[in-house]
Amino acid sequence: METPRSLSFPRASLSNKDKRANRMSTSSIRAGSPAVHTTSGPSSVQGEHRRKNRIGLAMLSPSVLVLLIWMAVPLAMTIYFSLIRYNLLYPGDNEFVGLENYYYFLTDAGFTSGALNTLWLVGSVLLISVIAGVLIAVLVDNAFWGRGIVRVMLISPFFIMPTVSALVWKNLLLHPVSGVFAAVWRFFGATPIDWFSEYPLGAIIMIVSWQWIPFAVLILMTAMQSLDQEQKDAARLDGAGPINVFIHITLPHLARPIAVVVMIETIFLLSIFAEIFTTTGGGPGYETTNLAFLIYTQALLQFDVGMASSGGLIAVVIANIAAFLLIRMIGKNLTDKS
Amino acid sequence: MLSLKQARQLQTVLLGLLAWGVALLIFFPIFWMVLTSFKTEIDAFSTPPQLFFSPTLENYLQIDSRSDYFHFAWNSVVVSFGSTLFGMLLAVPAAYSMAFFESKRTKSTLLWMLSTKMLPPVGVLVPIYLLFKDSGLLDTKVGLVIIYTLINLPIMVWMIYTYFKEIPKDILEAARLDGATATQEITQVLLPISKGGLASTVLLSLILSWNEAFWSLNLTASSAAPLTALVASYSSPEGLFWAKLSAVSTLACAPILIFGWLSQKQLVRGLSFGAVK
Repeated sequence: METPRSLSFPRASLSNKDKRANRMSTSSIRAGSPAVHTTSGPSSVQGEHRRKNRIGLAMLSPSVLVLLIWMAVPLAMTIYFSLIRYNLLYPGDNEFVGLENYYYFLTDAGFTSGALNTLWLVGSVLLISVIAGVLIAVLVDNAFWGRGIVRVMLISPFFIMPTVSALVWKNLLLHPVSGVFAAVWRFFGATPIDWFSEYPLGAIIMIVSWQWIPFAVLILMTAMQSLDQEQKDAARLDGAGPINVFIHITLPHLARPIAVVVMIETIFLLSIFAEIFTTTGGGPGYETTNLAFLIYTQALLQFDVGMASSGGLIAVVIANIAAFLLIRMIGKNLTDKS
Repeated sequence: MLSLKQARQLQTVLLGLLAWGVALLIFFPIFWMVLTSFKTEIDAFSTPPQLFFSPTLENYLQIDSRSDYFHFAWNSVVVSFGSTLFGMLLAVPAAYSMAFFESKRTKSTLLWMLSTKMLPPVGVLVPIYLLFKDSGLLDTKVGLVIIYTLINLPIMVWMIYTYFKEIPKDILEAARLDGATATQEITQVLLPISKGGLASTVLLSLILSWNEAFWSLNLTASSAAPLTALVASYSSPEGLFWAKLSAVSTLACAPILIFGWLSQKQLVRGLSFGAVK
């Protein structure tokens, strides 16, 4: 009998039958060439081992090397820039200023709102997409007419490029005069809302949630397929209602995929940029400026390399704290079962 | 009074309807975008928005004359396929090495690769921008290919690694006993077995590069700007051309949307770093 496997994912792509067939074919090959086995002594086994390690290293190192350079060089430069006065508009005046840039960045009017907006954006989109994702994944797990089409429609927004979804939402849906939302509001006799001036951050959260709910649905929908149907049926026969089944069987089964969704989304949501760039440009005021956008304005609009670098480093630290916590939570899960 | 069976059937129908409702709601913005692309500019701005109108192909026919669409589309194609090619050339040997020559450090190497994805792009925006400016890579396709290869490499390694892990080691050992070299082992045994997995890795990399919109907006101006940047240029309100915006957007998204539909199941593995299959 299967023990409760609520937290493990059976591999779907290679069926047991395939594996058995593979093994059979290889054992017959091995039986056909026994000579190799008998001639290899202990010393050549060791040599073989070393040769293998060398090949392994040679194939792995290009990837590791380029990623190492990609991480280390720009990061070292960021640290260096953050400690000097460096403005592209005033070249030549690059004296060492210690932590002055950090002081100015942290006390800048934009920093507090940037940090808070980042928090709001990440937090609310995570909450919305995970809750909606779980509910939708459970909903489409039942068999009904046209399920394939429904699934395709549900995940589609994830494949739309960020600049497109931002502009389609801003101009075609949320526009206070000709937008679809305005028409719906008018239909119910309400005054249409000018989203981008009344709730600018809310509007951004709406757009970003629309992009990331499909991601949660995609992951959780796939995870639902490995849920043991018999377990659910057994619970139902024992008189458990749908809510009990959901809480005691479905949710524990989804715990790990949800953790994965949270981790991946956090990585991307911390650096939301294009949606803000194309809709509000960070405004009005700092109302939709997150840390990523704040650093962009300082670097490429005000040319203050020093201050932008200190901000970039602070963003790296924040992301690393989040990543450290998340990897501790989930990272073990990712490699353990492989 | 409904019998138990009837009640169950009714429930199934209602849940199905609910699922359809939610799906239509989520899909609506895309549907509306495609619909608007067939409207005249006047219809596109009419109040209330019109569901029925006389469709026109005008926007699609004018796309290239107004915004040089094909220039941007070509940039997107070159950059996505270029970075995918280089990504695969780096990722396949790396994944092979980690899946079949596992050492004590393999797991930590994998996690370290994942952690490079945690580095927020703004943290390195300034130095990359300056390096690109000094080396003449700013606004070049080569520059974007380099960046996209690097940002997608960890995901590609992870994804291919999980596919390779599923191949029984016996097969490779058998080939090795038959005197196959490492290169032969990869090209003649490994790649044919895992071509499905490699194909979905390629698709994922194409999708991610095609839609990337941080580096493309910051590192390109016009000559290397891909479609994400072309669409962003429509955000400055120099007049109302939403029907044209919709047409450009529809064309920009259609190929990737189809890629996504075709490979939805396999993409889950790459997007979740192998955790969900």
